[in-house]
Amino acid sequence: MALLEIAGLHVRYGNIEVLHGIDLRVGEGEIVSVLGANGAGKSTTLLSISGLVKASAGSIHLGETPIHKLPAHAIVKQGIAQVPEGRRVFGTLTVEENLSLGAFVRDEKGEVRQTLGWIYELFPILAERRRQLAGTLSGGEQQMLAIGRALMSRPRVLLLDEPSLGLAPLLVKAIFQTLKEINGKGVTMVLVEQNARAALKLAHRGYVMELGRIVLEDSSSALMENPEVQAAYLGGEKGR
Amino acid sequence: MEQFFLQLTNGLAVGGIYALIALGYTMVYGVLKLINFAHSDLFTLGAYLGLTLLTSMALTDRLGPFWGTVLLAFMVMLLIAIVGALLDRVAYRPLRQSPRLSAVVSALGASIFLQNTVMLVYGARFQVYPQGILPSTAIRVMGLDIPMVRLIVLCTSTLMMLALFFFIQKTKTGTAIRAAAIDQGAARLMGIDVNRVILMVFLVGPALGGVAGLLVGLYYGQINFTMGWGYGLKAFTAAILGGIGNIPGAMVGGILLGVIEAMGAAYLSIAWKDAIAFCVLILILIFRPTGLLGERVAEKV
Repeated sequence: MALLEIAGLHVRYGNIEVLHGIDLRVGEGEIVSVLGANGAGKSTTLLSISGLVKASAGSIHLGETPIHKLPAHAIVKQGIAQVPEGRRVFGTLTVEENLSLGAFVRDEKGEVRQTLGWIYELFPILAERRRQLAGTLSGGEQQMLAIGRALMSRPRVLLLDEPSLGLAPLLVKAIFQTLKEINGKGVTMVLVEQNARAALKLAHRGYVMELGRIVLEDSSSALMENPEVQAAYLGGEKGR
Repeated sequence: MEQFFLQLTNGLAVGGIYALIALGYTMVYGVLKLINFAHSDLFTLGAYLGLTLLTSMALTDRLGPFWGTVLLAFMVMLLIAIVGALLDRVAYRPLRQSPRLSAVVSALGASIFLQNTVMLVYGARFQVYPQGILPSTAIRVMGLDIPMVRLIVLCTSTLMMLALFFFIQKTKTGTAIRAAAIDQGAARLMGIDVNRVILMVFLVGPALGGVAGLLVGLYYGQINFTMGWGYGLKAFTAAILGGIGNIPGAMVGGILLGVIEAMGAAYLSIAWKDAIAFCVLILILIFRPTGLLGERVAEKV
């Protein structure tokens, strides 16, 4: 039984259809990566899971619950949080205000405080900078904040859109290590990445998208051995 | 020197009124990037509804000047808040997905509609607030004789602004409003219902504008259906002066504008007071194009 199941998802922007029937399943506790070139429809897929983009056909289920007709804010309440592309932290709010907004859908103050403690454990630098405006953080710190903010809602599924974008390799390594740790706590993840190597190393399974369709689905290790994937997304050094 | 301090209190009182109106402009702009031109007419409506309630319910006779006025203020706030929410529902919400200019045109239409409604109902002549609602005595504060009305206006606007500041900075809903003003999409990803935020903004902003209308009625004693034009323009200027979209900015801008105007009228020429106010605006915008407290446009990574 999949925790998150997308079936036959079509999305159109005006007259142009950008997703032509996506099927994607994510099991409980899994990390699933979605690879593909720019414009393949990866971000659109994530945005439609979160409800910021509406499906023109098809369905998205979280467990038994259909969520594709819910407004975005209700989907968060169902247990799906997103770390959006470009981080989109609230720059003129403090780090702690950003984090508290992440818990907007939760009411139990004591438990929220506990989650906050956990986030500060995961990213100690955020605790140090809690009174600072988020806009003054470095790119890496902002990415940590965006991840922490999404986790504040205690999501069952965490969607990550290009968390490595614009970050130094060492930082990417550290952040992906933390993602693994978070997954160890039972958070299911969907990871959209250009950095296919890092993504496949972290993920259990992967999907490859091209022009609004899923063209390949396999375990991460199998995808890494796949010559086409190597040529297109891993720099092809093994294929040649 | 005494003249200076008297003018200062006058400027602060008028500035407080500007600030209350400016908050409505700036809150709506912050979330929707829309200049709500009808806001100045909600202000006018506040003055008129205040007058009607005052004369028809005799609140101040029954409850005394203090509690009567307090209750009156709350009733005006409530009514104008409802009108504000209706305005959004009818004039702006249907255009949410349309180009921004459509909503601006709709705002102008709503403004004309409200203004003419007030004229049809109350007539085009000046209306006079009954005398003696508030004690016309002066109070001696630090050697200055300050009219009671002025103090009441000052206290009311200060209290309102403090309440709003607390609401915006410290409450969950307030933080949600700030978040939605920065990035609506990201706010929705936090589980914030942006439609509720917009509704909130259209309740709170007009409520403050309505109270400002009531205060003008009490302070100057006479109101007219076109009064929104002048005050709206000044308040809008104040919002820009402080940095539009910025709530503390609207407060600072309003008070500053009121004081500058009062000083200009007292020491330079009363006929030039508007010109002086706008010259200051232009000067400030030359050196700080985003207003006094406006963000210096942050780079997006």
